[in-house]
Amino acid sequence: MSTAVAQKKGFGAFIWDYLTTVDHKKIAHLYLVSGGLFFLMGGLEAMIIRIQLMKPDNEFISAGLYNEMITMHGTTMIFLAAMPLLFALMNAVVPLQIGARDVAFPFLNSLGFWLFFFGGVILNFSWFMGGAPDAGWTAYAPLSTTSPGHGVDFYVIGLQISGAGTLIGGINFLVTIVNMRAPGMSYMRMPLFTWTIFVTSTLILFAFPALTVGLFLMMFDRMFGSVFFDVAAGGNVIIWEHLFWIFGHPEVYILILPVFGVFSEVFATFSKKRLFGYSAMVFATVLIGFLGFMVWAHHMFTTGMGPVANSIFAVTTMAIAVPTGIKIFNWLFTMWGGSIKMTSAMLWSVAFIPTFTIGGMTGVMLAVAAADYQYHDTYFVVAHFHYVIVGGVVFGIFAALHYWWPKMFGKVLNEKLGKWAFWPFFIGFHLTFFIQHFLGLMGMPRRYWKFLEGQGLATGNLISTIGAFFMALGVIIFLWNVIYTAVKEPKASADPFDGRTLEWSIASPPPFYNFKQTPLVRGLDALWIEKSEGKKGMTPAEPLGDIHMPNGSILPFVMSFGLFIAGFGFIYQVDNPVWLSLVFIGMGILLGAMFVRSVKDDLGYHIHKEDLEKGDGQL
Amino acid sequence: MSNEDILNPKQMPREPEKATLEGKNKFIGFWFFLGGETVLFASLFGTFLALRNSTAGGPGTEELFGLELVFIMTMLLLTSSLTSVYAMYHMKNNDFGKMQVWLGVTVALGLAFLGGELYEFNHYIHEYEFTFRSSALGSSFYTLVGFHGGHVLFGLLWIVTLMVRNAKRGLNLYNAPKFYIASLYWHFIDVVWVFIFTVVYLMGKVG
Amino acid sequence: MKGWMGKFRALFMLGSLSLILSGCGVEKLSALKPAGYGAELLYDLMILSIAIMIFVFIVVMAIYTFVLIRYRRKKGQEDYIPKQTEGNKVLEIIWTVIPIILLLVLAVPTVQAVFDLAETSSDKADIRIDVTSAQFWWQFDYAGEEISTSQDLYIPKGKRVYLTMKSADVIHSFWVPSIAGKIDTNPGDNENTMYLEANEEGVYWGQCAELCGPSHSLMDFRVVVVSPEEYEQWVKDMKNADPEAKPETTVAQEGQKIFQNNCMSCHAIGAQPKGVGPNLTNFGDRSKVAGILEPTKENIVDWILNPNEHKPGNSMPPNLVNKEEAGKVAEYLMQLKPSEITPEDAK
Repeated sequence: MSTAVAQKKGFGAFIWDYLTTVDHKKIAHLYLVSGGLFFLMGGLEAMIIRIQLMKPDNEFISAGLYNEMITMHGTTMIFLAAMPLLFALMNAVVPLQIGARDVAFPFLNSLGFWLFFFGGVILNFSWFMGGAPDAGWTAYAPLSTTSPGHGVDFYVIGLQISGAGTLIGGINFLVTIVNMRAPGMSYMRMPLFTWTIFVTSTLILFAFPALTVGLFLMMFDRMFGSVFFDVAAGGNVIIWEHLFWIFGHPEVYILILPVFGVFSEVFATFSKKRLFGYSAMVFATVLIGFLGFMVWAHHMFTTGMGPVANSIFAVTTMAIAVPTGIKIFNWLFTMWGGSIKMTSAMLWSVAFIPTFTIGGMTGVMLAVAAADYQYHDTYFVVAHFHYVIVGGVVFGIFAALHYWWPKMFGKVLNEKLGKWAFWPFFIGFHLTFFIQHFLGLMGMPRRYWKFLEGQGLATGNLISTIGAFFMALGVIIFLWNVIYTAVKEPKASADPFDGRTLEWSIASPPPFYNFKQTPLVRGLDALWIEKSEGKKGMTPAEPLGDIHMPNGSILPFVMSFGLFIAGFGFIYQVDNPVWLSLVFIGMGILLGAMFVRSVKDDLGYHIHKEDLEKGDGQL
Repeated sequence: MSNEDILNPKQMPREPEKATLEGKNKFIGFWFFLGGETVLFASLFGTFLALRNSTAGGPGTEELFGLELVFIMTMLLLTSSLTSVYAMYHMKNNDFGKMQVWLGVTVALGLAFLGGELYEFNHYIHEYEFTFRSSALGSSFYTLVGFHGGHVLFGLLWIVTLMVRNAKRGLNLYNAPKFYIASLYWHFIDVVWVFIFTVVYLMGKVG
Repeated sequence: MKGWMGKFRALFMLGSLSLILSGCGVEKLSALKPAGYGAELLYDLMILSIAIMIFVFIVVMAIYTFVLIRYRRKKGQEDYIPKQTEGNKVLEIIWTVIPIILLLVLAVPTVQAVFDLAETSSDKADIRIDVTSAQFWWQFDYAGEEISTSQDLYIPKGKRVYLTMKSADVIHSFWVPSIAGKIDTNPGDNENTMYLEANEEGVYWGQCAELCGPSHSLMDFRVVVVSPEEYEQWVKDMKNADPEAKPETTVAQEGQKIFQNNCMSCHAIGAQPKGVGPNLTNFGDRSKVAGILEPTKENIVDWILNPNEHKPGNSMPPNLVNKEEAGKVAEYLMQLKPSEITPEDAK
């Protein structure tokens, strides 16, 4: 049982506690730490790319290694950094925001994390086992299916395993939000962050299976001799592009919608105002999610789909600008008439608005299908998606971490260091990426290992590289802030920012059962309503009683480890069938653990009322 | 009240699968899961449709498919769906014995279906040299139908595990949702097969 | 279409926008220095969309700046609780409807341009070229003319040239930024078409724009735009080129023998048979060796001995001949000048 173990305080016990935990708050820590580490790796890869492109005709790294760098940078940042960091936020906040004691499936929550983790580890093992994948994060066939070595195999297996984890996480949060809201919290009283997670989870549910199928086809082609992408045997390489982008475009919204939620919370809190146009914001979120599935082919305007398809996808893509615009204006008018306090969280959010507006505008420019014949696969596109993914998602994650850090770790991040981290990152970001719009238009395709003298691209690239170093500096200061805060800062109160939603009604960090008594929700911004009526906290919706809690389990770790073993078997059985034994061992471990899980009753345990009264939350 | 008492009430509720929060979570979570599975199979169908004429000089669908066996297999699977409905009917009436019997029939029909599928694959491979590797049509056919077959196999193992595990203790609020979602899964597999029968076999035969 | 867009263009030419942008990049490479029908059409679309976007950006930034200055919490306001506004119907309708109108303004010319550029039906074509991409070079077969070249694509100024695109291996993308937009070259049956129409003579940069392997960034080619008369002449010369013609110098003659014994299995001279490597019929006129190196003898020898040094991952085997033989082959190759029309004429 997690509490008993935690009290022993040995290092081994600490590790064991995290390996077996099913507590959403600890799983949030796991996601944050591993996502953070992968973020640093992806950042390192980015720095190497920028150093290579510092001057014309540079030979800092070889062409082959460069392709491995860009592939791993993209794959790592999307799947192993951005996704888990967002999952960290979801886990840390959503159950608290809806007044729940845990997620719907605590066991699956843990399984989702470990699958993601081992998938990421497999992918990065490729660096030490003969070379990383080198076909780009989009892995277009047949470049990927014919790529020599095992690099792309690691890509396929790693993403398949971590993708399964993501899918499980998505379903888990859907059910949590549908079934486990506190009494009185109707859908239209849910905080906007919870709403965006709800829509994001739906997108995960419907988008990831397409990637799963794409990866299966690629896996079969590379490892078992099928011919989906072999044109000599009647295969068709465009199928991969469609499957990848049917997943890939919703994925963009999977990344950006949660941070829209974050900004909505931060703007409201630090302007001391209710979110402007709440229902329009909800509507816009749902609409963006829906349209997100209608636009995948705008990544394929130059594939040769014909003018009719290109026109349709151009118009649907432009349509997405409307709900996104609604959001921008609603945020501005949330601040309008408010009392704006420029904390670090607010600083990142305020910086997001012009940055994302630029990213959105270049998005509309890219939607102009014909003009995309010029933009496509150039640095213009690189600039665009870094404006939305760094300027949106990464800014949002930083804002969220500053905002919810006390709820996750019990201390408020140092404000001064927070601002010191912001400025170099913000300035560096614009230095790095603004100029890239022009580099693209001036004729520099993306994924270019080298550009040549006399192409007029040298100055822009140098500026871009200098900017990247500023961004790295910002990240280093942030890491320093994390350490500094842990050592020097005092413990935070339950509600350090005068918050509006339920998570601020309980201690920072919350007790492992979250709410001693489930709160009664009387409207949007539930805590704010109570505070504005002069009350100290939430009115309970139930008398104090026993609390049912799930048991911890090592099985999710074991299952994921089984798949990890089997993954190596799949990759290397191409060279020698002996490796198939690893497949059997790994799958045996997985199925065995599933069998144990299936036949062994797991009824959980109860915290007794008397203990709750006695301990007053200090169990 | 201990867990045991809560899960074994004196009077079973009308919908035992949704009587507990865990049960409700499983129920709705599984529906969501089936939504994801739908996209998975839709992607496989899309791939098959894109490659259905890519025979690479090998046999095409019209030449390969015979509808007799496939029709019998369709009937087997449709019937097994019906028998699983009976099983759930008896679950709601708290008649554990009859539920087990009908689940047993479901499993038997599922096994017969799988046998038919194996025979069919074997036939294509040996009579026509139509394999997973011989053409893009082959790759997409075996992947789509094979994924479905894998689902059937997994469903069978799942139902059998549930039947054996709970044989002695009978029905309660802890295992009722488990039986219920296993039967939901079985229906889903059945629906997918109806689409396979139509899109792969009928359209393949008619052209 | 053109006239309507022309008005827009005239409008914005007055503004600084176009001027600033057109200062960007190098002639014959930059998409911001258009010199062909497609590139100009797309440049106009870019200017239109940028203008609309800048308008939106100014509106957003005006509100943004005002809000951040006016409503920043000041000393003594710590306890002030602002009015909790729920929303404003009129405002919300305004910022829904206006973007829709702006997008419609953008969508109409977009669709027109998409259909305009897709107009590649074969009955209109007078010049048709089959483009085949391979790792990491380009082959150009002039349909109906029995002419094949690689790396340098000759086209006449002011005429539409229709291209049919396919790939011999992985997906590549054909892009000549100053003349037209890009389109992918796919392996298998997914052939694409596009057209080029250059308005000015010159030697233009062409690039591969879809990741295709280690030397993706080195898969350059050139489009040589000459006058229609020069083009006629070039076609005539190329058709009359004798693949077996005997070189003048003895070194080159020896080089020809070595070439025939070692290189002919991959490299064709003349239109037939098609080789798996680049066609070398007019190698002596090429503006670059392998798309990237200056056409000097040292570079050619260097390339023959160690092609992977210059283009990692390409499939030409190294050291097929020794250094001395390579020198002779270079001599032979450099005198392959079947036409009096060369890239020099395009300047």
